[in-house]
Amino acid sequence: MDALMKYHYVVDGSDFTRAGETSSSVKKILRSMGFSPETIRRVAIAMYEGEINMVIHANGGTIDAYIDPDKITIVMADTGPGIKDISLAMQEGYSTATSRIRELGFGAGMGIPNMKKYSDEMDIDTKIGVGTTLTLTFYPDNE
Amino acid sequence: MKLSEVVEILGAKVLTGEDALDIEVSSACGCDLMSDVLAFVKDRALLLTGLMNPQVVRTAEMMDISAIVFVRGKDPDENIIEMAKMKDMVIMTTELPLYIACGELYSKGLTGKKRG
Repeated sequence: MDALMKYHYVVDGSDFTRAGETSSSVKKILRSMGFSPETIRRVAIAMYEGEINMVIHANGGTIDAYIDPDKITIVMADTGPGIKDISLAMQEGYSTATSRIRELGFGAGMGIPNMKKYSDEMDIDTKIGVGTTLTLTFYPDNE
Repeated sequence: MKLSEVVEILGAKVLTGEDALDIEVSSACGCDLMSDVLAFVKDRALLLTGLMNPQVVRTAEMMDISAIVFVRGKDPDENIIEMAKMKDMVIMTTELPLYIACGELYSKGLTGKKRG
């Protein structure tokens, strides 16, 4: 496997039907690089949650993926409204999603708890009115 | 349980993936909330849902779910079928409502419990 691979993606916030394309691409890359199914699944689910959040709450943003055999880092940055209360957002079931988002099958308040559950490290840097940068780190051997 | 048995039990119509009906599923999840599918589905399962949008296919992809059953006689549009086709996923529809469809599969052995 190559040492460090870097990928940069722009997530379109205007098209809900395309949300998840980046997670799908990264999942394919991880598979082609030979990571274990469990690692691939953890990264894919956590990243997809983040990508959906970017589209439904923050009008899109950018995702950078840094892939190393021993460490996978996903950085998701948006210029959305920011998260008012991170400890509330961390609670399972708490959501600020609109009824329209719920009709689409999301907004159950499981996104951020799920990202924490599937990643090995999660860092949230958020500022009201400026945006949110969420960094997820995975150690493939940690399972 | 093989997907071909699922088709038979639910009287389902297969919209894509006809050649993959010998895939085995060991459990199923009946859910309209994709957030919960992402949070709670543990092993590779069959997804039954009444929700109809491309994110159902995307969610299944992330969870390594290989087959989706749309319940209550809902017909997915071409985009959804195409997307599933590209991901080698099986899509079927049944006239049965979610509760009955799950009940039929459970009572015929798709319980999610490992067999001795």
